[in-house]
Amino acid sequence: MSDYRVLPGPEHFLPPAAASMGIRLPNPGEAHINGVITSEDKAYEEAARQFLMAKVPTVFPGPLVLWAWNEKAAKKATAVRHLFNTLKECVQPGQKPMLIPMPDYRPKYPKINPEVEINPNHPNLTIWHNKIDCCMFIGVHCHQANLSLKIIRGGTSCYTIAMCAQAGHEDAMLSFRDASVEKIMRLADTVKRLKGTVQPRLTSAKNGASS
Amino acid sequence: MADTHSIIGTKNKKGQTYTDTWKMMNEAPRTPSFYTGSEVIKEAIRRASCDVMIAYPITPQSEAAALIGELFAEGYIGDYFRGESEFAVMSQCAGAAFGGARVFTTTAGPGTMRAMENFPMWSGARLPIQMIVTCRGINSPLSIQPDTLEIAYLLNTGMLVWHAETAQDFFDWILKGYIVSEEPDVHLPLALCCDGFFVTHTKDVVNLTPADMCLPPYDPYRSPVPCMDMECPPVRMMRDPFVMKSNYISYATHASWQQEIWAAVERSRKHTIHWLNGLVDTENTDADIVIVASGTAVSQGREAIRMLEDEGVRCGLVKVKSLRPWPEEEIRQATKNAKHIFVPEFNVTGWLAKEIRATVPNSQRVHAGPHVCGGMTMPPEIIVSEIKTALGMKTFSMAGRGS
Repeated sequence: MSDYRVLPGPEHFLPPAAASMGIRLPNPGEAHINGVITSEDKAYEEAARQFLMAKVPTVFPGPLVLWAWNEKAAKKATAVRHLFNTLKECVQPGQKPMLIPMPDYRPKYPKINPEVEINPNHPNLTIWHNKIDCCMFIGVHCHQANLSLKIIRGGTSCYTIAMCAQAGHEDAMLSFRDASVEKIMRLADTVKRLKGTVQPRLTSAKNGASS
Repeated sequence: MADTHSIIGTKNKKGQTYTDTWKMMNEAPRTPSFYTGSEVIKEAIRRASCDVMIAYPITPQSEAAALIGELFAEGYIGDYFRGESEFAVMSQCAGAAFGGARVFTTTAGPGTMRAMENFPMWSGARLPIQMIVTCRGINSPLSIQPDTLEIAYLLNTGMLVWHAETAQDFFDWILKGYIVSEEPDVHLPLALCCDGFFVTHTKDVVNLTPADMCLPPYDPYRSPVPCMDMECPPVRMMRDPFVMKSNYISYATHASWQQEIWAAVERSRKHTIHWLNGLVDTENTDADIVIVASGTAVSQGREAIRMLEDEGVRCGLVKVKSLRPWPEEEIRQATKNAKHIFVPEFNVTGWLAKEIRATVPNSQRVHAGPHVCGGMTMPPEIIVSEIKTALGMKTFSMAGRGS
């Protein structure tokens, strides 16, 4: 097994792809935390804990759940909204959950407004502007998600979670695979169950941005 | 869009049953058939639920391409045509794959070289196209004969690269290749190479899966990039790309993009091991002498090992099946006991020996050879002779043979 661990950055001028450092994706029924394969049960607990600890826990929904291109996508979108609402209910004063869409992958020039949307090619701008210290990708095409996750790890200290509908993401610090409505709802339930048991970080988000 | 699992057991328009690939390849009855490699390509594609096949004639792949035309006439392929050149063919393959089709093509030698610009584009765009490369000479003066030099150029394109030894490998790996390269965490093109003529134009007994079973169709909605969206990279990046902006993040994004392609090659390792039963096959790796080879050089090495055994010299064998992903750890393990590692190759530069030298500790153990190229055959006697010379044993010379 690789000694490399997928940890919050800022890691490097050009951090390596975790896969090329020997990190392997989980098999069905598994997840990974920091690049170490673990049970899904543990991953739900850790993801919920990270959300509840964060000053700005953020969900980044991508086009696969933002557009009602099939029935499953519409149901997932509802589940994502439920997760966000649960986060809002469960955090303490001073914490500010956000829901920031990644509606498409177009390079936007002269610039996107990083306050209101996230672009996979410039994710650090959105992280920095909004002082996001924990985020979850869902419904983002795997290639684009990997680009973003790696750039975030390279330049910020944001804790990244991937709720992937396919095989998962090594470049996230925590990744589920085969995401479904049930899995999103279970994560929301775990957040609710852990409400009040996790001490939030009270200092400013350590994301490499000036406060 | 139907879920792949719901399609299993249903029939296509030719009456073939979409079959679970593991069952089809490992549990279904096999029929021994006496076919050329080109005919085997046709039989594999008959079972591959292929949407589009495009090719341009170049020896020695022309026969396979023509035979697949027959499949089109019979209704097994969705679309089939000849491009204007190999460059055009590979671009057209990209177009079809962007649109969500399962795509197949064949090429060889100078055709591969002419089309080369497309291969990193395929990888960068995450297009799981399968390309058969029936290797032949690429240099001037013209040679249509077997020579594997073109594989060296494919190794850094970001494609998966497998090297078949036999027609049986070819049949199985064409079908398994689609499954590996279409995995969403891989989703890369596959160059499935063989030594032209030796494999394509000789007949061999090949065990075929039932013709009424076929692969489940490609599901483009599992792609890691949006399928055919002119507003999004990788398509739109050609128009106003982040790569054309001169700033740190644009370069970093492009760098991350490249890293992601090679990460996907790495991810293919687990799937390739699963489907090919390992990236290498090994025999007698406890021996002091080990031959490491790919393609038909493996067959010649196997025969040389048999001849050496008759003289009391014990040799091991490593058959390298996958060149990308590269079986680094497997080769290290398989050669850890070897005092001498011989790498017979059908090319002038010895690219496989260079890869192995860069992989194993104490690389002075690696003997880069014997080499033949330009269409020469590799009699097992010259492998025997190379090994015996290195061991200080008496050997005869084949120099002057044929004069």
